Amino acid sequence: MTTTQRAPTRQSASRRFFRPLTLRQQENRAGWVFLSPTLVIVLVIVVLPILWTTMLAFQRVRLINIRQAGLFGDYTLRNFSAVFNTPGFWSSLWTTLVYSVGGTALSVFGGLVAALALRRAFPGRGPLRAAMLLPYVAPVVAVAFAWEVMLSPQYGIVNEWGVRLLGWDAPVAFLSQRQTQVSLWGVEFDIPLALLTVVLFEGWRYFPFAFLFLLARLQAVPRDLEEAALVDGATPSQRLRHILLPQLGPVIALLCVLRFIMTFNKFDDVYLLTGGGAGTEVVAVRVYEFLTARFDIGAAAAQALVMAGVLVIFLLIYLRLFAPRLEGER
Amino acid sequence: MGRVSSLRALRTDRFSRDAVETWLFTVLRWVVIGFLAVATVFPFYYMVLLSVRPIEDVLLNPGSLWVGWDELTLTTYRTVLSPVSAGGQGFLTFMLNSALVSLATVLLTLLVAIPGSYAVSRLRFTGRRQVHFLFLAVYLFPTMLLAIPLFTLFTRMGLRGSLAALVVVYIAQTVPVSIYMLRNYFTTIPEGIEEAAAIDGCSRWQIVLRVTLPLAAPAVMANALYIFMIAWNEFLFALLFLVEHRERWTVSLGLAQLSGGIEVSRTVLMAGSVVLTIPVVLLFFAAERLLIEGLTSGADKG
Repeated sequence: MTTTQRAPTRQSASRRFFRPLTLRQQENRAGWVFLSPTLVIVLVIVVLPILWTTMLAFQRVRLINIRQAGLFGDYTLRNFSAVFNTPGFWSSLWTTLVYSVGGTALSVFGGLVAALALRRAFPGRGPLRAAMLLPYVAPVVAVAFAWEVMLSPQYGIVNEWGVRLLGWDAPVAFLSQRQTQVSLWGVEFDIPLALLTVVLFEGWRYFPFAFLFLLARLQAVPRDLEEAALVDGATPSQRLRHILLPQLGPVIALLCVLRFIMTFNKFDDVYLLTGGGAGTEVVAVRVYEFLTARFDIGAAAAQALVMAGVLVIFLLIYLRLFAPRLEGER
Repeated sequence: MGRVSSLRALRTDRFSRDAVETWLFTVLRWVVIGFLAVATVFPFYYMVLLSVRPIEDVLLNPGSLWVGWDELTLTTYRTVLSPVSAGGQGFLTFMLNSALVSLATVLLTLLVAIPGSYAVSRLRFTGRRQVHFLFLAVYLFPTMLLAIPLFTLFTRMGLRGSLAALVVVYIAQTVPVSIYMLRNYFTTIPEGIEEAAAIDGCSRWQIVLRVTLPLAAPAVMANALYIFMIAWNEFLFALLFLVEHRERWTVSLGLAQLSGGIEVSRTVLMAGSVVLTIPVVLLFFAAERLLIEGLTSGADKG
């Protein structure tokens, strides 16, 4: 329908208005008027800065000579070549990837398990459900420090109990040790300890988010679906596998995308827990270091831009792989 | 004959598998519930516990899960809250800053987002879909991409250390979520009610103010709380903009800077964490149902 067509049922109403505008035109105008404050804010504070970052990434800019940088400055690819040729960047990109995938998987899986466990009513479910949202709503700075103190090798409760009750040889520096050897069934191998701890923190902090959405979806699954399966003699695991999981599929897929994007862009958690040390330097923390410690705006912008680009590529791959199936399930 | 017996075998086999699985799932469910309860509540309990224990006692006996009445101390809170001039950390000032920034963000974001979300949910205008996509994209872009130019710009304009500048950035950060939440609610309000008001001679603004907004009050309330939480908890931009001006620090930033101080004991740090957490948690429990519904409305439709 084009904007000039009038809806015949509304013609009588439009006659009362003073201006010779159709209702459609009025609605069009009202829409833009209502939207304009939001649009101005988003354009000025988000879109323009992003464009500016893109420009900065192609200029040799430091905070000292920022006044010389302008729209018609010297454009160069030197930031990118410098960034690509430092080994730190690639390893931090890899770290970001591991961190995002691990954090996403853990938080969505945790949310799924929690939603399944809390699906049916039991005494105390209400308070527990509220308590389980605490990690998500509490300020990141506070919970990061609580974890830091809990995991501390000197006075942390985890190490104290680990040594006393679990028979650990020595306290473990969870947040400052890059690698540790574990033996599982007689096989010894190295695991990136600090990175794993940070991933665990991410899973802990964000499983409530997945839990909320999955619980809402679980409670909307029609009862007769499960009852029919029950009558057909499906066991609990079969009902989970063939009834509930397919119902949850689209929400899980959406949660995975959302969590991946959020974790990929995350700065606070890693910065507060480890400061980017011990093999946990994600790109966001690295960009922050370049910006505030080295005042190298050009290099910071270039890295942030590459980071955004990598994210977009991953999203495109994801959409390519999963979008048709998603549509089909709806 | 063979078919009947195999069917029967299947049936009894099924039955036993069913029984075993039912038993297993019941046990697992309670194990999971217990584990989740401990895993989510314990860090907070530990935070509060440490904040009221004397530091010597913690170092001596780090594994203790209880504090006796005779040991209980509140000096940590006095240290955290009293002003710097009195030898404290000045968290009361930080709380005031945080409250100011958060409240201003809530009010201004709502002022911007209510008409915006109304437009996106109700009004058919050209470019609606593109605008909606833009808001979504904004929400998903790396914050760092914004932080660089804003940091540069504010440094250049001498706006670093200004709480107003922080509020502006927070508005931009919260508007997309806000619009998403409010839009979901607006679409559930029947259009017939608004049309009735229009026939009674209400203008567009009057319809929004007198009809839609009162109906959407719970959603607006939930949204306000959510924005408040985001603003109160935010750390990166506070760090970038305010770090050189101690008297302007928000609580999050104050706490992060406190941990850098070597002479500050961990129990004081935990007291600061409790002070930072309490307002948000209180608000959350006061309006839990409202918030959860506001956040997940629409999720149950798949």
